[in-house]
Amino acid sequence: MNVIYSLLIFFAAVLTTDSVDNGYDIGDIATDFNLENIDGKFVSLSDFNDAKGFIIVFTCNTCPYAVLYEDRIEALNKKYASQGYPLIAIMPNNVQTKPGDSMKSMKQRAIDKGFTFPYLMDAGQKIYPQYGATKTPHVYILESTTRGPVVRYIGGIDDNYKDATLVKTNYVEDAIEALKKGNLIKQTTTKAIGCSIKL
Amino acid sequence: MKYLFILVVSCFLSCKSEVKTEVKLTANLPPLEIHDFSGVEPYLNLEGPKTYVVNFWATWCAPCVKELPYFEAIQAKYIEDVEVILISLDFPRQYESKLKPFLYKHQLKSKVVVLDDPDMNYWIPKVDSNWDGAIPVSLIYNSSKRSFYKRTFAYNELEAELKTFLTTK
Repeated sequence: MNVIYSLLIFFAAVLTTDSVDNGYDIGDIATDFNLENIDGKFVSLSDFNDAKGFIIVFTCNTCPYAVLYEDRIEALNKKYASQGYPLIAIMPNNVQTKPGDSMKSMKQRAIDKGFTFPYLMDAGQKIYPQYGATKTPHVYILESTTRGPVVRYIGGIDDNYKDATLVKTNYVEDAIEALKKGNLIKQTTTKAIGCSIKL
Repeated sequence: MKYLFILVVSCFLSCKSEVKTEVKLTANLPPLEIHDFSGVEPYLNLEGPKTYVVNFWATWCAPCVKELPYFEAIQAKYIEDVEVILISLDFPRQYESKLKPFLYKHQLKSKVVVLDDPDMNYWIPKVDSNWDGAIPVSLIYNSSKRSFYKRTFAYNELEAELKTFLTTK
């Protein structure tokens, strides 16, 4: 049995290194993390015992696209946290490169915008590469299962960054609604412009 | 008190005239060429004799701005064989306040095209199927070769990459 298990791990490793872009695909189990929140406490997925899933958003203070979506991700948390799908924001940039994304600046922005979701610092930039995030904003929707949190959606938030009132398709909302009903998600990956994560 | 008043007034006047000059200077620039994706797509598929170097950038994107001079230098050095096309993703509300002053300040010689198309999930895969939307990215192509780059370039890296195209023709 151990041999089979080792073989499986071996093949999984081979497959992972073979793929062009590292990071998660739809159906992968997402890693948990333990990252510092703007209130000084550390937050993990496992802290949310009753969560049916998560909306993980890699975002930051300094990217104009991320800024355009601030109110919309706050609205997503307000709508879905109470339904069992809390939003967790993770700031992936190197703060030496982007001082405007420091913990102090993150706290200030959260106060100014009235964020009600955890806004975590990916200190040491260890988590975003595991997810395969490349930019801000970049969304991963996870579904809680007995195997762990499964990646169900990767991509953008909606189809109009410029104007929320002109949005035709809300990718994230549609995905969560499908999960709630146990339906298949129609669009499991979407593309959106964002700022490359700063090393 | 009198001197303070003069100081304040003169500062007010000079500040005001500076703003005016700035506006006037950028007003002399040719109008921006702004398209949705259907208007930009032809620039990704030009069939002329040159090698085309396309860069997606924005004035607010620090790594983009850093590598922009290298694209300008390439355009200047290989003017006969290369056409550089800089596709700006600046936001419409900043065309006058940010993009035009930037173009004026840096006196860009390469062609600048502005892409304004919010339906990103539609057009990003049409640029390259492996692009997930992070900028900067670049595309180099000619009649016999085409490559997409999800990276930034130093000058010598960009030139080395370009040379692989110039020799394949």
